[in-house]
Amino acid sequence: MPRRIFVTGLGIITGIGNNLAETKDSLFHLRTGIGKIQFLETNLRDEIPVSEVKCSLEECFHIAGIPVTEGYSRNALLGIIAAKQAYLDARIGDFPGLRTGLISATTVGGMDRCELYYEDFLTNDSRNIYIDSYDCADSTEKIADVLGIRDYLTTISTACSSSANAIQLGARMIRNGDLDRVVAGGTETLTKFHLNGFNALKILDKEPCKPFDEKRNGINLGEGAAYIVLESEESVKQSGKPVICELTGWGNSCEAFHQTASSPDGIGAYLAMKKAIELSGLKTADINYINAHGTGTDNNDISEGKAIERLFGTEVPPVSSTKPYTGHTTSAAGATEAIISILCLLEQVIWPNLNFSQPMKELHFTPVQELLKGRKVNHVMSNSFGFGGNDTSLIFSRSVKF
Amino acid sequence: MLSFKSYVSNFAISLFRYFAILLTHQQMPAYINGIGLISPQKTAETTDFLSEIMEYESDYLKCIEPPGYKPYIDPIQSRRMSRLIKMGIASAKMCLNESGCAMPDAIITGTGLGSVEDTEKILGTIHLDQPFLNPTPFMQSTYNTISSQIAIQLKCHNYNSTYVHRTFSFESSLQDALLQIAEGTAKDILTGGIDEMTLNHLAITRRRGHWKNEPVKNLEMLKWNSPGSLAGEGSGFFLLSANKTDKTFAIIRDVKTIYKPANLDEIPQRVNSMLSASELCISDIDLILLGINGDNRNDPLYYEFVQSLFPGTPLAYYKHLCGEYHTSSAFALWLAANILKRQTVPDTIRIDDLHREPVRNILIYNQYYNVNHSFILVSE
Repeated sequence: MPRRIFVTGLGIITGIGNNLAETKDSLFHLRTGIGKIQFLETNLRDEIPVSEVKCSLEECFHIAGIPVTEGYSRNALLGIIAAKQAYLDARIGDFPGLRTGLISATTVGGMDRCELYYEDFLTNDSRNIYIDSYDCADSTEKIADVLGIRDYLTTISTACSSSANAIQLGARMIRNGDLDRVVAGGTETLTKFHLNGFNALKILDKEPCKPFDEKRNGINLGEGAAYIVLESEESVKQSGKPVICELTGWGNSCEAFHQTASSPDGIGAYLAMKKAIELSGLKTADINYINAHGTGTDNNDISEGKAIERLFGTEVPPVSSTKPYTGHTTSAAGATEAIISILCLLEQVIWPNLNFSQPMKELHFTPVQELLKGRKVNHVMSNSFGFGGNDTSLIFSRSVKF
Repeated sequence: MLSFKSYVSNFAISLFRYFAILLTHQQMPAYINGIGLISPQKTAETTDFLSEIMEYESDYLKCIEPPGYKPYIDPIQSRRMSRLIKMGIASAKMCLNESGCAMPDAIITGTGLGSVEDTEKILGTIHLDQPFLNPTPFMQSTYNTISSQIAIQLKCHNYNSTYVHRTFSFESSLQDALLQIAEGTAKDILTGGIDEMTLNHLAITRRRGHWKNEPVKNLEMLKWNSPGSLAGEGSGFFLLSANKTDKTFAIIRDVKTIYKPANLDEIPQRVNSMLSASELCISDIDLILLGINGDNRNDPLYYEFVQSLFPGTPLAYYKHLCGEYHTSSAFALWLAANILKRQTVPDTIRIDDLHREPVRNILIYNQYYNVNHSFILVSE
């Protein structure tokens, strides 16, 4: 019998809230974080809506509990804020002696400072302290130092599925007996770098995004960080800590189709979901809700929708994309939406897909349009797909007592 | 002050932890059944093993690329690809060709910096903050491009991931591969470490004191005695397998990373427990490949203990051949695998006059500013 993997802590900061309680409140009140750019310095300010964390850099320092210091990127600070919440929620510090890892994900690392100071990097010594934040490991090591985690440390970057893969690796290492508990998730900050990059690909919607809608027109980018604490069965038994839920399935597959586009039949998405279902030992009929990747691009929503129909047949469970709330937080999306899906298990609700009006002609199902309360939600699936066809699917389940 | 209750619970946890490690940790070795390496030495498209050593006097060591990428990548596609991606795909295919494996069960890549060239193209114009005319550099700047481009080339839908943690990047990829083998989810895993250097990135990181300020002779690394190292680059892929074949070079027994050791005693302790987990002792190690990089603030302090921990064990080094970069341990693994298969230790890598034959077990030890220490244990 393989080891069971329990979730014992949650931490999140996105455009819809600086912590779990605020996030839940926004979800219940159908409140979006998407709007006009307030904090990122860019010419695209009036043109492209995004979901920013509603804090200045200074406020991020304050919430992170760190004095304003040179050398910190917004990316590292958001990561520290969310990872610390998860760490405290799981009371990691109360149970020393267990082997604890940090697996973090990011796609552009500390680019938020590097793009500002790049000219200085090339011409003078005034911003040297930020040079180290160029790479992806910088935020991970800063988070590890704040939390005092040293037993295992790594950083994953598989584009928009990065933090789902971080969660998956954490689970695998616990299952193999390499670690007792893992803080896993990701952090991503809005930058001119990827705002302009996505804009060049012509996949940003200038209006609020409409996933799974016939008239969908692209992505709204978002920023944020989210981490969950995973723990082994033995470790939870030992500490007697309350369990939030169980991670029962995960699957990673590659589209092997195109660097930025998804295949028309969604082979990568299909295989990732199928692997996750098989590992969980569940049947497709057991899944009560799918939190879709649902970016709102023409391409993703057909590809993912087709893959869902192929796997679930005519019995597609309620599906929604929650990106109209948080925006697409890219590398942090996997962990962000894992937590939003876990809230469905805890609150027995299903979040609606905002901004939907017209069904896609290619699909037989339509996304959930109203907040569904009092639902029996025992198993949820969370999908995260990335550039390069890096597709990952996770399944969380209400925990049965052991 | 610990209360009695927490004392008891801590004791119980320690006991549990001890047994958990003893009883449940799964460690499975991986056979290296193929290698493709593009490096500043003549390592690509050859069966030769360092019979000619490339000598440089330069700011950084640049890879010797194959004369053409046509055998590996469709020319129409390769025209749009940046150098790192071409080197990655080519070395991956060299590795697969050598191993005879056509479709790996997983593709896992480690890269400290990804495509620096593509990222710089964007950063060079970002101050304009205007929509880029060409999205290609952005598409290729994502760190997972190499892993996913290899998958696209092979039409491989299997597990695919990318690790991006400084000098843990390649080691994390190896750890994931060993984990896949232990889980039984994959038998043949294509695993690589790849990084490039550019003149801009060299100039920027030189501001942090990472490099010498003048061109240096790579083969005189042991004589430098000054701050800063010599930058390099490389692309190395390995086919790691659950099964031995007639192509097998060596076995990877274990890979360990240590982040910010509490003190210098912690490292020998961790080395000892790593060896005993593989049922080896100190004297079983026949060669140690050290990641010394010619920076006198770095080398004596963090490698000195090796001599006292492994008395009489021959020491060797490799960064004079490939330069310092985040995934340089991939070059070291290529060296170790070849030494074990051919049973020859090239003179250019020897630090001392000690010899031991046959060479059955090699320990690769790399560290980065006393923050990221890593060990790869490779056996015959």
